[in-house]
Amino acid sequence: MKRYSAFAIAREARRHHVGWERAWRSPAPKSEYDVVIVGAGGHGLATAYYLAKNHGVTNVAVIEKGWLGGGNTGRNTTIIRSNYLQDESAAIYEKARGLYETLSQDLNYNIMFSPRGVMMLAQTEHELRGFKRTAHANAIQGVKTEMLTPQQVKKKVPIMEINGPRFPVLGALWQARGGTARHDAVAWGYARAASDMGVDIIQQTEVTGIDQQAGVVTGVQTSRGAIRCKKLAIVVAGNSGLLADMAGFRLPIESVSLQAMVTEPIKPCLDVVVMANTVHGYMSQSDKGELVIGGGADGYNNYTQRGSFHHIEETVRALIETFPIISRLKMLRQWGGVVDMTGDRSPIIGKTPLGGCFINCGWGTGGFKSIPGSGWAMAETVAKGTPSALAAPFGLDRFREGRFIDESVAAGVAH
Amino acid sequence: MLILTCPNCGITAEETEFHGGGEAHITRFSTGSGDGDFTSYLFDKKNPRGVVFERWQHVFGCGKWFHAARCSATLEVFGTYSAQTFEPPADIIKAIKNKRPEWEMET
Repeated sequence: MKRYSAFAIAREARRHHVGWERAWRSPAPKSEYDVVIVGAGGHGLATAYYLAKNHGVTNVAVIEKGWLGGGNTGRNTTIIRSNYLQDESAAIYEKARGLYETLSQDLNYNIMFSPRGVMMLAQTEHELRGFKRTAHANAIQGVKTEMLTPQQVKKKVPIMEINGPRFPVLGALWQARGGTARHDAVAWGYARAASDMGVDIIQQTEVTGIDQQAGVVTGVQTSRGAIRCKKLAIVVAGNSGLLADMAGFRLPIESVSLQAMVTEPIKPCLDVVVMANTVHGYMSQSDKGELVIGGGADGYNNYTQRGSFHHIEETVRALIETFPIISRLKMLRQWGGVVDMTGDRSPIIGKTPLGGCFINCGWGTGGFKSIPGSGWAMAETVAKGTPSALAAPFGLDRFREGRFIDESVAAGVAH
Repeated sequence: MLILTCPNCGITAEETEFHGGGEAHITRFSTGSGDGDFTSYLFDKKNPRGVVFERWQHVFGCGKWFHAARCSATLEVFGTYSAQTFEPPADIIKAIKNKRPEWEMET
């Protein structure tokens, strides 16, 4: 792999850019791998990358039914933060946020990490108390957050109406080193770096069955034939229930559509990420000038990647009270992604009832921010065969044992 | 946008008038059951991509519960029926088979 650098740009500029090579290989699948990862989204590719980089496991295939990063990795609102209430969550999300800080250098791929600060608005007294509790928890966990007064909020975001009649801003939880990144680039960067270390990324290939013998996985059936494997990692977000069904077990997961939208581009007016959990709306401004707006999740299971129409109205209705200047903006695009929701709104990472088969799912509405930490923990879990310290609290058995990691109160719906 | 007909009051309305109540026809385990049964009742979901049977409540209407048969991939509604049953009635099964000949009721 040729490194990307200022020198490379100068070199290619002098010869009409004929020397750029493909970012990753697209090989035909081999008949057998040490590890097969199903799903080439951010989490699957990060798992492959850290398997190769941290554990020297390079005989790995990442199998993707569509195109690389075409699911939730390319559909989210790119928010990165780690201000969670529970210690287990703070540990893995802060690991991810820390890795994001230097991910561009690590991957030699500009993921455009922008630690512009994440502001979570408290718009009810309950929310204000909840965020104060989170701020105290974060102080103990070593996650740097602070509470802002309404005046401090107004100073950072002048376009915000803090005295709205229905949703006044009573304060905010502020994480200065939270922010955004280029979501596609995260998938592309991991794919390029993993491919360079020998990982086969196999797109347009659907897994149609999981082979097992005496309770241990032996391979997968795909639309391009059978592939044997010693270990299998299922990292498919909203489709986790379908893969679990092939493997012969059930998950505490329900798939729903979560939607987002962008406005027409305007001049820079918002240089932080604002999340308003009470009204289910969150917003940041992209480098192109579009306002990127995240909305609510559907109230029933579906796999449509579309989202219910009335959620657009609910989200926008609430946001224009807090941001009156956006009321005349046109929406450019709206889309949905199928998110995998668990009962405690925390992910599942670890072993499954099928031997040699590991799963990483349940990130629900908050998967993007956790990609590096999730891949890091999943790779260690798969390589060693036992859950890593970061992953251990998130095992599938926690539901049976009643060890919930309850973030549904701490984080509301917005991730 | 889903459009459902409440079999209790007969009113047809769009989804904002209703509230989804999750998977229908689950076996409810209670006192005296084992950990595995209780876990499966509380947490283990079918979550299929295709035909689903769900509980719904007509919250901004008659307030009563009912069941719906729906496709989670296309949002097509095959029919709604009374909640006072342990399994989907024959006419609902027939309506689904008309649209999805390859579909089989999971046992």
